[in-house]
Parts: sequence; C-alpha cells; structure tokens
Amino acid sequence: MIRKVSRHITQNEPLLFESSSPGKKGYQLPDLDVPAVDPAEALGAENVRGEIEDFPEVSEVEVVRHFTRLSTWNYGIDLGLFPLGSCTMKYNPRVNEAVARTEGLLWAHPYQPEALSQGAMEIIARLEAALAEITGMDAVTLQPAAGAHGEMTGIMLIRAYHESKGNPRKKILIPDSAHGTNPATATMVGYTVQNIKSNDRGMVDVESLASIVDEDVAGLMVTNPNTVGVFEGDIVRIAGILHEKGAQVYMDGANMNALVGITRPGDFGIDVMHLNLHKTFSTPHGGGGPGAGPVAVKSHLEPFLPIPRLRSENDQWRWDYDRPQTIGRVRAFYGNFGVLVRALAYIMAHGGEGLRNATLDALLNANYIRKLLEPYYQIAYQAPSMHECVFSDDRQAKRGVRTGDIAKRLIDYGFHPYTVSFPLIVRGAMMIEPTETESKAELDLFVDALISIAKEVEENPELVLKAPHSTRISRVDEVTAARKPILRWKPAPKASQAAD
Amino acid sequence: MYPENYRYTKEHEWVLVEGDRGTIGITFHAQKELGDIVYVDLPKVGTVVEQGKALGSVESVKAVSDIYAPVSGEILEVNTALADAPEKLNEDPHGEAWLVKIRLSHPDEVKDLLSAADYQSYVGS
Repeated sequence: MIRKVSRHITQNEPLLFESSSPGKKGYQLPDLDVPAVDPAEALGAENVRGEIEDFPEVSEVEVVRHFTRLSTWNYGIDLGLFPLGSCTMKYNPRVNEAVARTEGLLWAHPYQPEALSQGAMEIIARLEAALAEITGMDAVTLQPAAGAHGEMTGIMLIRAYHESKGNPRKKILIPDSAHGTNPATATMVGYTVQNIKSNDRGMVDVESLASIVDEDVAGLMVTNPNTVGVFEGDIVRIAGILHEKGAQVYMDGANMNALVGITRPGDFGIDVMHLNLHKTFSTPHGGGGPGAGPVAVKSHLEPFLPIPRLRSENDQWRWDYDRPQTIGRVRAFYGNFGVLVRALAYIMAHGGEGLRNATLDALLNANYIRKLLEPYYQIAYQAPSMHECVFSDDRQAKRGVRTGDIAKRLIDYGFHPYTVSFPLIVRGAMMIEPTETESKAELDLFVDALISIAKEVEENPELVLKAPHSTRISRVDEVTAARKPILRWKPAPKASQAAD
Repeated sequence: MYPENYRYTKEHEWVLVEGDRGTIGITFHAQKELGDIVYVDLPKVGTVVEQGKALGSVESVKAVSDIYAPVSGEILEVNTALADAPEKLNEDPHGEAWLVKIRLSHPDEVKDLLSAADYQSYVGS
C-alpha cells in the first residue's frame, strides 16, 4: 500500500521560450535623468551586441510562477528520504545556511587585502585543522571543488612525491568495487590502471594484492568502507604491503560518513585522501552545490600541496606562495569558500561527540534497513554493513523484474530511488544509504514500500515493470536518447514560415 | 547458440582464429547483460594489444564496459560500421557485429581460451 504520498495536481509548464511574447518585461527602470548615449558610438559598434533571436520576453509574475511550478515537480532532501547509496544525501541544517549568509562572509572578495580577510582566513585555518583531526592526517588543502577534483589533486601529489625521488612510477592499483572516477583520475594523471578483483566477502584480496605490488606501483586507490558498504578490515596489512615497496595509499573518502569519530584513516595507514564536504559534512549537494573535495595528507606529502598555503606570522594569517615543490594551483582562489563556511559550522555545531553520534546513527539506520529487508531481498555480501547496505535483485530477477524496475516503482511510493546497478561487482545492485538524518518513522515508510514492492513482484510483476505510474512522464526511451541525442531545443517553425 | 569454431573468454569476448588471423567480438551473453548498446570505442588499425588487456569499450544505457583482448597481436581491421549502428551488437554479436580483426603474435594463447561448450556452461544458459 502506498502510504507516503497521494496523487497531487501539478501544473503544466512550457519553456520560457515558449511563453515569450514581444515587448514583455520583468523589470521597470526610472526615466533617464541624463542625456541618452548611443552605446555603439560610445563603445564602438563591434562591442555592441545585436538583438538575440528568440530571447524570451516575459513578465515578473510569469518568471516567478515558472520556477515555482517547476519546483513542485522536483524531489529533494527537504521532501523526504533520499537513499542514493554512496552519495550520503543527508539533510543540510538551516543554521549552516544562516552562518554562510553572514554579511561579512557573504560579501568577502578574494582580492580583498589580507588584513581585511583575517576572519575568512581563520575559518579556512580552523576547517583545515578540524578535518586533519577528524582524518588523523597532518595537513589539508581546501582548494579542490569536488570529489573527483580531490582525487586528481591527491594522485598528482603522489606523482610529485615519486618524481621527487627520481621515478614517477607507472601504475595505480584500483579494486573492482571502486568508484568509476578512480580509474579516470589515475589515467588523467598519466598512470596505467590495474584492476584488483574483490574476494567473496566483497573485500580486497590481500594475498593476490601482495603478489602484484612492485616498484612500478605508484599507489593504491581504496575506498573504505568500500562501495559494498563493507569495512576493509585488512586495511593496515594492505597499507603495509604498499609501503614496503615505497608505494602510497590513497583513500577515496566518499564513504567517510561511516568513520567520522570512530576511526581515522591516518591511523590505519592512509597517506592521502579526499573528503566530500557535500556528503559527510552536510553542505548542499547535487544541483544545490557547489561541492568541495578537500585533500588531507601525511607530512611527507605536505610540501607538494597546492598553493597558496596559510601561514601564521605575528598573529596574522598570510598566504604563502613560496613553496618550491608545490603542484601549483588546482582552483582559482581558495576553493568554494561559502561551502567551507557551512562545513565548519556543521562540525562546530556537532562537536566531537556529536559527530561520533551522527556516524553511529548512520550505521544504525543502514543496519535497521538491512535487517528488515533481508527476508525480501538478497543481501549481496554477508559481511556486516556500515553506513549503507547493498542488495541484489536476484530473487526479483526470477520474475523478470530488475533493480531499475524496483527503483522506478519506488517513485510511485513517494521516494527517490536508491542507487541502481552500482557497484558493478554486484549483479542487479540496489544500494541503499539512509544517512543519520532520517527518523525511524521515515525509515519504516521506506522499508514498507520496498516490502510492498517485493510482494507486487510476486503477485503482479507487470505493475512494477511498467512503473512509475504516477509521474508526469513514465519510462523514457533511454536507448534512442543515447543513440540519437537531441542536444538543443529548437523553436517550432513560425506560422508564417510553416505556410511557405 | 555459441559457434563451435570460436574460442571464448570469461570476460565474454569471442575470437575466431584462421591461421595467424583472428576475428574478435563480444558474446551473445555479453550483449544481453549489457542491454541496448549505444556506443562502441575501438582501437586504431596498427595498435598492438596484449591478451587480457583492454582493447576498447562498449557503452550501453546501463554502463561502460571494457573489451579485453582474447589474444595478443596487431589490429588489422576495425568494424567501422558499428560507429553508426551500435545496435548491431545486440542483433548479431557473433556475426555481422565483429569488432576487430587481428594478427596473432602468440597463437599458442588460444589454448588458454574456453571452448563453446565450456563457455556455455560458464554462463549457464
């Protein structure tokens, strides 16, 4: 039974281009009280843009209604559970928004003199210190603008480190359960990628790893807990194997929401890692971004961090550009500063104990879902789950229903789908990450929905195969969209031309 | 289902060896698992590939998957028709939708590959 949602009327909405009519305006300006100037005369005709053909002309109320109507078509974290595994779609507390909108921070300009930016620089310094403490690392750069950007920065640091020793080395090892960005990152930085197969517990196989690590290996990129939501229990041994050959261990910190306040990558052998502030530290995510992907390193990698670095001089913060071994800049200015403010507000509001509790709640919520769903869906690996649980669609596939069909039916029940078909090592993966911000009531609604769908699969698989039934658009033609993409909207031919 | 004169990999490629020449493709099982294929990325003629290493990739609406070379050698010919008609990989994976032709540098590698019967029982269909 669908309990969370009822059918609700939403308004149809054309594109602004389609509601345009000539001469409409969304603004009013007072009459000029100075003589009018011809821009072409003042600036040169070549600098003046002509009319843009078909540029939409609409009134203020039309614009407001347009975007408000569109927003009612949307699903976001403010409407309910958003269980996208590996994405940590947690609720973003409003107080972080209030702090980030503090006037002095909101209007701070990156070209403002250092003397007038001490508060902003203090925020950057405090966040770096907090993230270093949370990860057990020695130094942090806040510049990278997203997770994949952080990965690339991290692997560039590894390369710079090896180059400083005379040999950049050739390979990066990556488990087959890794995020797809990991191999892309290693390749972008000029390494070849060697895939490592997971064992039957969904973990890195230590023996086979030991047999392939040699002096050509620059490093290992590992996600911990990994993408099946399982903690790599052999991580200390794994790091030892790499370090013995002079290789580095990179940790993809996408799943750090399972570790904060409980264990620290710096204590289990990691040399360099990134964090996703927009996942673990509750800054806006997806379309609400931008993101931030700070990179934390052990002291031997610190000389290579991007410039500028913060330095304290006579109780004043200064930017230090004089770092001969740096990999250079990876981002204009100092990263996505507004996001950094939100993350520090989140960390300080929680404190150490609060962050640890948040992690424990995230683990509890994932395991609660796992226990209740295990009678209905096949758990992918028996190993204990951390902050997310991964099922496979094995049982439902026997009735012809796959993970993508179940996900689409979940939309009818009023939930955003879980992560579908990832990680690739699980056939028909259903990856569920509830995060700590969901109440038991919301989790129960979600579990009930999935149990109800499991029953529908048995009794009436067609219902699930044709879902969603309640949305404006049901299934789209993904194949034609990919094979013959239409990349640009074009206006319908005007009536007069059509008649020609 | 799986031609007797082809040899197969556990990564779901096939190779038809004739003398020192081989024709390479992906199996019926591979295209079925991938779903509708929308893009194929193949190497240039003259590229030297190594057994077990990626020689290209196929993209379906679900995922991008590497294609691994079943045997080592030099690429002699590429099936350029697939660029405009990737759906052929779903329609005729063992025939018209071959991917590349190769000159085998180590013909003895073929003995590492699966027979049609072994591959059939490996994929269980």
